[in-house]
Amino acid sequence: MIEFLQTHLPALVGGLRVTLQLTVGGALLALLLATVAGLARRSPSRWLRWPANVYVEAFRGTSALVQLFWFYFALPFFGLSMPALVTGVLVLGLNSGAYGAEVVRSAIANVPRGQWEAGRALNLGERQILFRVILPQALPMMLPPAGNLLIELLKNTALVSLITLSELTFTAQVQRAATLDTVPLFALTLLIYFLVAQVLAVGMRSVEARIARRRGRA
Amino acid sequence: MIWNWDYTWQVLPDILRAFGVTLQATLAGFALAAVLGLGWATARMSPWRWLAASATGIVEFVRSTPLLIQLYFLYYVLPDYGIALSPLVTGIIALGLHYSCYTAEVYRAGIEAVPQGQWEAARALNLSTRATWTRIILPQAIRPTLPMLGNYLIAMFKDTPLLAAITVMEMLQTAKLTGAQSFRYLEPLTITGVVFLVVSLLASWTVRHLETRHAIRR
Repeated sequence: MIEFLQTHLPALVGGLRVTLQLTVGGALLALLLATVAGLARRSPSRWLRWPANVYVEAFRGTSALVQLFWFYFALPFFGLSMPALVTGVLVLGLNSGAYGAEVVRSAIANVPRGQWEAGRALNLGERQILFRVILPQALPMMLPPAGNLLIELLKNTALVSLITLSELTFTAQVQRAATLDTVPLFALTLLIYFLVAQVLAVGMRSVEARIARRRGRA
Repeated sequence: MIWNWDYTWQVLPDILRAFGVTLQATLAGFALAAVLGLGWATARMSPWRWLAASATGIVEFVRSTPLLIQLYFLYYVLPDYGIALSPLVTGIIALGLHYSCYTAEVYRAGIEAVPQGQWEAARALNLSTRATWTRIILPQAIRPTLPMLGNYLIAMFKDTPLLAAITVMEMLQTAKLTGAQSFRYLEPLTITGVVFLVVSLLASWTVRHLETRHAIRR
């Protein structure tokens, strides 16, 4: 047991570090894209609405792995090739961002219309209504689905192993090929993913609780 | 011009043929997920504590770990126990197992939405546990869950490219091998993406249609 851990754990921890980089990088990009695209989909200007719609439908409608392969193998034909880590962060961010845009859009749509009308009655500007009145009420609705998306993002980082980036899954594969400790090795790898997912879930729940408290006080 | 139409027409038939494999994996995997998910959902509501707790644990674990490693796990481990299955069948089992943990949640929500009075009425009519489930509860519980199940069917369809990792010749694997032969990935990968996009857009449109029709009838 101890010998097994000594052989595999250092390598797996190295892989985990890359997995976490992918998760954090992808999540930050997704957060940005989800906010921009989610707001743009509600914009009165069709020049903002249309590109956002195309982005969201294209990335929600195709497979994450196909997107990854396309960016890694097909994009170089347009003279644009990126290292695997950058491709991974970009595709994971674009993919989760498209799902996140729907979360943002539907949370905003679920804020009662009367809130907009009240804002206008108080003579607030459209931007002020959005940022001061609507978004603070929409945010608590966004958090639970965002937490689920974060865990989906973590799970999707395993796909990046297929474009040869040595994150956790890739490392597990390499270790397996070298030692053939298949069952305990994959079990350990699954356990690591499970633990990281639990940490993320607990973290998201504490953010939810904190925001709920702050809202209660305000 | 970067895009090569002659090459496109040359590779298109192969990719469309591989779409058959993709479809097969999706439908068989979903049939498994639909049945197995119901098993998990009922097990979680079982009066036997240990059964309910282990079903909850398994569902939670499978849901928060990557499908790709589960796929590898079955692919490498099953033969060690003398179970020699084709990669496609292994892939179908992995997809079905993974998504059964999502459908389980859908069924659970459906079952919980059945009014308590229905259970009491069944007991008052002296129906057996079995008859209560199959005749009273499930027919009412499953119908409203159909749109959600449809969404998971689409999600599963978009996860079938993962089977490429265990050498199943579905669309993505075919596209990648065709691309590798001619050093042109752009066309085959783009075609694959477009097929996924068209099919899932049509499918989500159908699910939305189903949803509104159901809402009207209620």
